[in-house]
Order: sequence, then C-alpha cells, then structure tokens
Amino acid sequence: MEQPVRADHAGSLTLRPGRGATRARAARRPRIGKALAPYLLSLPAGLWLLVLFLVPLLVMLSLSLQTCNYGTGACVMTWHWGEFWQQVSLYHAQLLTSFYFAGAATIIDLVVSFPIAYWIAFHGGRRKNFFLLMLLVPFFVSFVIRTVVWEFILSDQGIILGGLKHAHLLPQSFHVLATGYAVVAGLAYNYLPFTALPLYVAIERIDRRVLDAAYDLYASRREAFTKVILPLTVPGLFAAFLLTFIPALGDYVNQQILGGTNDTMIGTVIQNAFLTYFDYAGGSALSAVLMAIALIGIFAYARLLGSRTIEEYL
Amino acid sequence: MTALARAEAAEAARRDGPPRRRRGVRPGRVILPVYSWLVIAYLVFPIAVMIVYSFNRVTRGLQQVSFAWNGFTLQWYRQWNAVPGLTSSFWLTIRLAIAATVVATVLGTLLALALVRYRPPRFRGKTLVEQVLFLNIAAPEIVMGASLLGLFVTINLARGFLTLLLSHVAFSIAYVAVTVRARMAGFDRSLEEAAADLGANAWVTFRKITLPLIMPGILAGALMAFALSVDDFVTSNFVSGSAVPFPVWVYGATRVGIPPQVFVFGSAIFMVGICCALASIVVSRRQP
Repeated sequence: MEQPVRADHAGSLTLRPGRGATRARAARRPRIGKALAPYLLSLPAGLWLLVLFLVPLLVMLSLSLQTCNYGTGACVMTWHWGEFWQQVSLYHAQLLTSFYFAGAATIIDLVVSFPIAYWIAFHGGRRKNFFLLMLLVPFFVSFVIRTVVWEFILSDQGIILGGLKHAHLLPQSFHVLATGYAVVAGLAYNYLPFTALPLYVAIERIDRRVLDAAYDLYASRREAFTKVILPLTVPGLFAAFLLTFIPALGDYVNQQILGGTNDTMIGTVIQNAFLTYFDYAGGSALSAVLMAIALIGIFAYARLLGSRTIEEYL
Repeated sequence: MTALARAEAAEAARRDGPPRRRRGVRPGRVILPVYSWLVIAYLVFPIAVMIVYSFNRVTRGLQQVSFAWNGFTLQWYRQWNAVPGLTSSFWLTIRLAIAATVVATVLGTLLALALVRYRPPRFRGKTLVEQVLFLNIAAPEIVMGASLLGLFVTINLARGFLTLLLSHVAFSIAYVAVTVRARMAGFDRSLEEAAADLGANAWVTFRKITLPLIMPGILAGALMAFALSVDDFVTSNFVSGSAVPFPVWVYGATRVGIPPQVFVFGSAIFMVGICCALASIVVSRRQP
C-alpha cells in the first residue's frame, strides 16, 4: 500500500522546479535522526509490548517448569516438564468442555450472524452505520453486567421461564441456569459482535460486478450464493471463527455466572489456580496449553491469509 | 412490429433475463429484514431489561436486584452514591481508563506512524512488529492476564493501580496502532512536502499538518482504548489486587447479590456510550 505513494512522491520531487526541490532534497539527505526515525517512533510501544506482553509469556513458560510452595508462594526452577502433562490429564474434562461450549457458541454465532451481516452489507443502504452500531450495542454495557442480566433473564422464575411456567407451558422443575445450555447461550450472546463484524466486512468487500457476472451467466440465486458469495467470504469466516472461538475458549465469566458446577471450563480452573490456590506453576502450565491451542489457530490464519489481514476485520 | 408486440417482447426478455433485474420478487426482501430486526431485538433485549430493572422497587430484604417487578421507583438513581465500594470502584475505572487511553494512544499513534511511513530497508523488523500486534490481538485474554500476574509476582510488584495501568496499556496499544494505521491509509504526503517547501521544520509540519489530518484516526483509536479499558474484566481480575475496578467489583458482588445501583451505573455508561456513537455517526454523515 505504501509503495505507490512513495513512488509517486519521488516522481513529484523530480518534477518540482527550482529552489523548493533542492530544499526538499536537502531535507531528505540521510541523517542519523532520519535513519533512526522508524525505530524511535516504534520504540516506546515496542518496549511496552516486549516487557508487558512477550516477557510475561516467557515468564509463564518458566513458571510452568518451576515448583512452587503453596504456603509462601515461593517458586524454584526444577525443570519439571511433566507439569504440562499432569495438568492436562488432571483437567482434560474441563478442556473438552471448553472446546464443546466455545465450539457450539461459535457455530451458533456464525449461523445467526451470517444472514444479518449479508443483509446489512447488501441492503443496508444509507442506514448501514446505524445497523452496525446495533450489532455493537452489547459492547456499550459492561461484559460482566451483560452476563448478570442473562442470569436474571434465564433464572427459574425470571422474565421468560417464570411466564412460561405460570402459563403451564413448562413444568415447574424446568431450569436453564446452571446447565451447559445457559453457558453456551451466554457465550453466543457475548461474542456475537466478534463474529458479525468480520463477516460484514468480508461480504461488504465482495465486488458487485462479480455477482452481476454470475447472474449474466445464468447462475440461479442459490448458485450465485454457494459459488460466488460463500467462497469469497471464506477469509472473513475464518477471521470470525478465530475472533470468536479463541476468546470464548478462555472465557470463565459466563461459566461462573450462568453455569453449574459440573461443567467447569478451563478458564475457571486457571483463574482458581492463580487467585484461589496460588498454584502459579499449575495455572501457568494450563495457560501455556491454552496459548498453544490458540497459537495453532493464529499460525494457520497467518499462514493462509497473512497476519495483517486480521486488521481489516477489527 | 407494433408497440404492443415490442412491449411483450421486452416483458419476455425481462422474464428470461438475469434475475438481478427482478428486484421486486426477492424472498430476501421480507425474510431477511424481519430476521435481522429479530437479531437486533435479541441484542438489545438484555440492555432493555437492565434499564427497566434499574427502576424496580425493592420491597423486602436486602437492597438487591430482584426478578419480580415491584413497581417503579427513582430511588436508585437518587441514591446512586449509596454503595461506597461501588462508587469508588467506578471512579477508579474512569481514572484508569483515562490514564490508559492517554498512554496507549500516544504510543500506539507513534507506532502507527512508523508502520505507515517506513518499509523494511529503512525499518528492519517491521514484519516482526506486525506479527506481535497480531498475536497481541488474537491471544486469549485469560492467558495475557495470567501471564501478567505471573510477571508481577515474579518481580514482586505489588498489585494495584500501577499494575492495572501497565496491563491496560499493554492490551490497548495494538488496537490503537491498527485503528490509527487504517485511518492513515489514504494520507497525502504531498501536504507535508508543501509545508517543508514553505520552510516549516519537522516539528511545525507535524503539529500543523500531520496531526490535524490524522486526528480523526487518533480519536477513533482513543475511543477504542477507552472502551476496552472500561469494559475489561479478565485481565483486571488477575492484576487488580487491592484496587478494584468496576467490572471486578460487580463480578465479586454476583456471589452475594447485586445492589440495584449496579444497573444504574450500567444504564448511565450505556447512555453516554450510545450518545457518543450516535453523535459520531451523525457527524460522519454530515461530512462530504
């Protein structure tokens, strides 16, 4: 993207007559400050990310190999590689639950948000921005409050179930809270914008002329959809999947507020390890496992589509 | 050929022609809008519930939100300040968000400038920086929170406002940089050249030309950072320690019962946020 701008700029320099050009060229003479400019500009942010993003990840890896004293919280490096395997075998049920719930919520979100993303992109007209804002509306309420309100709505005698039970449409013992369904519902609600926006961007970018060409070549509406629109939105689908599944996988707020005790997700285990049991080694090992799982998706995405493309979907 | 025959031929051609001309009979014209409005209703529903129940009377027991509708009251709006821990956590969140936004916006904008203007021969490691930004955005937040807690424990840094600020800036920089960079894509460098030709030095050029031009992007990035910081729970829960931000306080309160004032704060934050967003839509529509 920068290439044509710079080439054009160099061209305009040579064309510019007289004094201005010489001064401009003099200003472009390589000086130490000029040569360092990109590094100086990126140094503060780079240092911040190095010390407070990359180094912590390494610390996390190192903590997983240490043995900690639960009483004092002091840790000694013991190169205990077995920690990863121990944690995974101890909490494989919670890991699997996380996969089920996050996967179910992501699939629901993809199915629910594709039509609305399609509608806004193709038929939104002048009110596109308004509809996009409506998609983002949950973000204007704090994540925890949103989840609490769902607890409120889904509660046994709450707005929905209470009314249905009162009308004898549901048995009195029926409940949604403290089940996996409630957790998936909460996850699906909370992460829907993360799915809908990338899908919208992907569909919006489809060149209408390609679609017209398909119709001119006697494609039916179904064929145009399956053979033109769907393939062209695959990168967006992948981005939407990544941006929904990874956060949902590590989520523990929905599970703790909406879920029961037998469907604990891995996020809850990590949080308890750090904040309740002070088991920094175990918690770090599980976080490292979660990060490794996320990295598989991140690497696959960067390989197939390039790491910069994710920026277009944010 | 008579006019009638011509019209019939045209009608036949329209019937056999590409379907895109038959705009009136698309099933999507009914089903899709109805479906979309239902999804929007689903997204808005919990927020409406929150706002409505912030006016709900509490008739007995502790002052907590209850599922039953006990009548309309403005009591919680009048007594918004009555829960001491809640109010102080709210102000902590606001202070934290402002500080984190300022730092993240400055650092993220500088980084975006470097990324927009320079390419590998002059900016070695640019690809690495971009990959770190990508990783930062895509990484699960719980891993970032847990790893930051691990760092603070290892270097023995007491948890509080400082650790919150360090962490919030760490997860906001990438979003700011990406937002500012996207808004700078069509930036016209010749304006800066013109300023330089007219004798402006680098600093004056930046202040008088570059900064005003990229200001919308910077503001968008700052809003993003502010929203991320106000809403953050996962990372804050790990690194907050004794300084409890608003979302962490609410989460703690879910175990003992939520005072109705939480819904008052939630409604207020929502109204302010939605008004800002609507204003920005109106402003952007006015621009040519």
